[in-house]
Amino acid sequence: MKSFTKALLGLAMLGAAATTHAQNEQFVPMVGYWVGPYAAGGSGIFGGMIDYINMVNARDGGVGGVKLTYEKCETEYNNARGVECYERLKKKGPTGATLVHPLSTGITYSLIEKGTQDKVPIVSIGYGRTDASDGRVFPWVFPLLTNYWSQNTAKIKFIGSKEGGMDKLKGKKIVNIYHDSAYGKETIPVLDAQAKKYGFTVTHIPVPHPGNEQGAQWLQVRQIKPDWVILRGWGVMNPVALKGAAKVGFPRDRIIGVWWSGAEEDTIPAGDAAKGYIAAGFNVAGSNFPVIQDIKKYVYAKGKGEMEDPTRIGSIYYNRGVVHGIVTVEAIRKAQEKYGKKPLTGEQIRWGLENLTISEARLKELGAAGFMQPLKVSCLDHEGGGAVKFQQWDGKEWKVITDWITPDRDLVRPMIEQSAAGYAKEKNITPRDCSKES
Amino acid sequence: MSFFFEVLIGGLLSGVMYSLVALGFVLIYKASGVFNFAQGAMVFFAALTFVGFLEMGVWFWFAFALTLGAMVVLGLATERIVLRPLVNQPQISLFMATIGLTFVLEGLAQLLWGSQPHGLDIGIQDEPLGWISDATGMNISKFDLAAAGIAAALVTSLALFFSRTRIGRALRAVADDHQAALAVGIPLQQIWGIVWTVAGFVALVAGMLWGARNGVQFALTFLALKALPVLILGGFESIPGAIVGGLIIGASEKLAEVYLGPYVGGGIEGWFPYVLALLFLLVRPEGLFGEKHIDRV
Amino acid sequence: MLYREAGQFKASYAEDQQIFAIRQDRIAVGALLVFAFVVVPLVANQYWLSAILTPLLIFALAAIGLNILTGYAGQLSLGTAAFMAVGAFAAYNFVLRVPGIPILVAFVLAGICAALVGILFGLPSLRIKGFYLAVATLAAQFFVVWALTKFGWFSNNSSSGVISAQKIEILGYTVDTPAGKYLFTLTIVAVLALAAKNLVRSSTGRAWMAVRDMDVAASVIGIRLMQTKLSAFAISSAYCGVAGALYAFAYLGTVEPEGFNLDMSFRVLFMVIIGGVGSILGSFLGAAFIVLLPIFLNTAAPLIEHGLGLQMPPGFMSNLELIVFGALIVFFLAVEPHGLARLWQIGKEKLRLWPFPH
Repeated sequence: MKSFTKALLGLAMLGAAATTHAQNEQFVPMVGYWVGPYAAGGSGIFGGMIDYINMVNARDGGVGGVKLTYEKCETEYNNARGVECYERLKKKGPTGATLVHPLSTGITYSLIEKGTQDKVPIVSIGYGRTDASDGRVFPWVFPLLTNYWSQNTAKIKFIGSKEGGMDKLKGKKIVNIYHDSAYGKETIPVLDAQAKKYGFTVTHIPVPHPGNEQGAQWLQVRQIKPDWVILRGWGVMNPVALKGAAKVGFPRDRIIGVWWSGAEEDTIPAGDAAKGYIAAGFNVAGSNFPVIQDIKKYVYAKGKGEMEDPTRIGSIYYNRGVVHGIVTVEAIRKAQEKYGKKPLTGEQIRWGLENLTISEARLKELGAAGFMQPLKVSCLDHEGGGAVKFQQWDGKEWKVITDWITPDRDLVRPMIEQSAAGYAKEKNITPRDCSKES
Repeated sequence: MSFFFEVLIGGLLSGVMYSLVALGFVLIYKASGVFNFAQGAMVFFAALTFVGFLEMGVWFWFAFALTLGAMVVLGLATERIVLRPLVNQPQISLFMATIGLTFVLEGLAQLLWGSQPHGLDIGIQDEPLGWISDATGMNISKFDLAAAGIAAALVTSLALFFSRTRIGRALRAVADDHQAALAVGIPLQQIWGIVWTVAGFVALVAGMLWGARNGVQFALTFLALKALPVLILGGFESIPGAIVGGLIIGASEKLAEVYLGPYVGGGIEGWFPYVLALLFLLVRPEGLFGEKHIDRV
Repeated sequence: MLYREAGQFKASYAEDQQIFAIRQDRIAVGALLVFAFVVVPLVANQYWLSAILTPLLIFALAAIGLNILTGYAGQLSLGTAAFMAVGAFAAYNFVLRVPGIPILVAFVLAGICAALVGILFGLPSLRIKGFYLAVATLAAQFFVVWALTKFGWFSNNSSSGVISAQKIEILGYTVDTPAGKYLFTLTIVAVLALAAKNLVRSSTGRAWMAVRDMDVAASVIGIRLMQTKLSAFAISSAYCGVAGALYAFAYLGTVEPEGFNLDMSFRVLFMVIIGGVGSILGSFLGAAFIVLLPIFLNTAAPLIEHGLGLQMPPGFMSNLELIVFGALIVFFLAVEPHGLARLWQIGKEKLRLWPFPH
């Protein structure tokens, strides 16, 4: 009973506190998941992002003197819960939500129209709607850094370089093992287009959700005897796929995973079967970067921090969260250049995102050189980068084996524009004229 | 042709793995008429607890014993807190209560041990047996064979336990008729406690094997969905039914995926077992080995 | 005193047969409707309208649908979400492919599509009973989601297989505000709920209940089992289908087939069981319980955390919420196995006597 009174008292105090010093703050909602089948990814990415924001607050006193605040909301990776979280948090803080990272393709889809209506930028880094890269049709959606189609062309480039040139791809056999869902199906058209272009054959083999049983699929692989396997998995499907490959004796260093198949969480459960496996990534693992060291110094050394298990700092998911944090903070900074050092609205942040440039030099200042790729967003191009690095699992950690590999823009861009135009037509949207945007 | 057999054998061996999960369902259904949806969560809880102890540096068998202890406590607590207040309620309420229990177990497991997936090595490699592939060109995994062996041992000992021991006979009496069993002096609640303990043990074994196979992570709870068609096909009350059902489901879903899947775009493993079980039930509505119920007005 | 039916005489058949035979009920329902239609849109803010009340009504409609099947006709279904998915995708395709189709007509057609699918998967109920029947609806659950993902036609060949629901237009007026969508949903749900209330006391509804209580006995007294069971499947699925269409059009906007997963089916089943099996009112109460409880826990968690001045490990609260949610479900089932609707019944009994308890 005593604790209950204390809680009530605390509630009242919290209410009072919230009203008194809520002026110079920029609010970032954390619509994520810390429970359920994907909790490892959710807790890692949001952990990294929150730690980065806390580090910026502690080290620099916020962005331009404006303190960053956040509030967590549990979505359980469920669309309806995600929408509720968004609605709950979009008006929080003095100026409302800065931007939203839904961290779920399903929730991103559900928020596209709501964000557009409410003037809240929806940022989906490495997931979500690929054709939203066309900023003319999707002014409020930012699938930053890279999307699935870009990434797939980079994968084929990588395979080409391993084979000794793109012309060597002719006659090769590639199997695309994908999670049988909206997410998994998304790369089929781009792979088919590339197969035509380079003359390799591609076989698409679906794995039903959740993918904890893949005997049949890998036996099919064994029968096809492909040169390479592209793994487009999610969650438990990844380690099971690696185990399945080991079972039929398919070499793991010929399996290329998407970034949602390329974290420690995907390889550790597979044990030795994962050794040699390669995955694409738009961020790298490791804690030797100055930015991670700063987080340790300003956050963890003070007994704070989001990760219960400090060994996860520097893991793929955690670092991906730090990338989310960097992008968020830099977008706020950019918007402050134009609108002044005060709490900004979603509309102002949208301008910041659209004009965001993170150069190599800036990355160095941030202590993140080589940690993520340089970024240049524009009204036309809401992706801004598109390159990925390939990393290989050596049984203990992810080792980077390539530099940034750029996508095949000539192939991807027309597909994106076509798909976006289709959406615009279905929704009666008149695409913006980018020459008139400032 | 050897490919056909490879698919078939692979399917049969996966089927045994499904049976392991289905066994837990059968035990509880048989003794208390509860369709325990939480069995999947119990498998997850057991596996995660076992790995948690192992990673703390506890010796393998000691960790096994500790986890078994935890499962026994969990089983007894479930019986006491969840099921006893719900005695004589309709089956559907009991079923929903076990789904509520699933949430509790999932939350509890991740609360105690974190949300990270773990690897589990129980010393059997999941690799093809060399001499078989040399002789026939087929890949048969060592691990799958070992798992099948363990499952067979488990089923045999459970069958013996049920038919030869005093407790087993009491159990069967309870399964037949609760009230009659009570009337002849069988301590109902004690029996239920034992059943939940055994179900916990089965969950632990299933969790270890599945954990070693797929990694110990949340997705182990989804195993319940793989066990459902097995149960329905085999009949809710039959231990041999769980095994036979598992073999049929495992083999046919793999064969269907490989030979039927390409015609419809693949990925049919998700629903095929259910449709198969459904067709089966149309012929025999109480499952393969289920008890026939006669309706009287 | 407050709730006394004594002295209310029925002088005609029409009076005797009205849905709400007791004056207090009529007043209460009328007041509730006025409140929901007039007061709520004026008072509630955007968050309440679009994030809580609209989904609550939609889920209540789905729960009514399932309640017709499970609560009244006694056929267990674990495939509610699949029928909702059929409704959502059917409505989308009707609006897309039939130019100028009024949205309500599309919804009706979507309900009919869902009903047809329901009948198809209901056929095994003629032979299979009880928990074994769950396999039929589970087959529907997995098959429908698979088919919607697999065949691009359903999602107009969108590369990712999601559909983005069109704008709701009624007589040239576009419904796009939260209040508008809420009123649109409320109108449909209110009409269908009253229809269901009426249906379950008709001869069809009585036949359902006879089959539920004992199908052999029902067939002995001349109720045609096939017609009764299949009509329950059809009407239940139609309700779920309309709920699914609303879910896509009035709530989420963009939906993917996997959104309609088994988890959602379980949630709707929870609403029925917690709300009260065989009760229309219970469907609303159950939906409110299941929709509001997680949100309430999630909102309360950080406040409690801060209030107590504790720094919980991240993820702790999320897991705790899940545990509390599960435990509360078990608790409610144990304390009130007949659901929240039973509590209301007890309340009515009390009100009848109040303030003179004896």
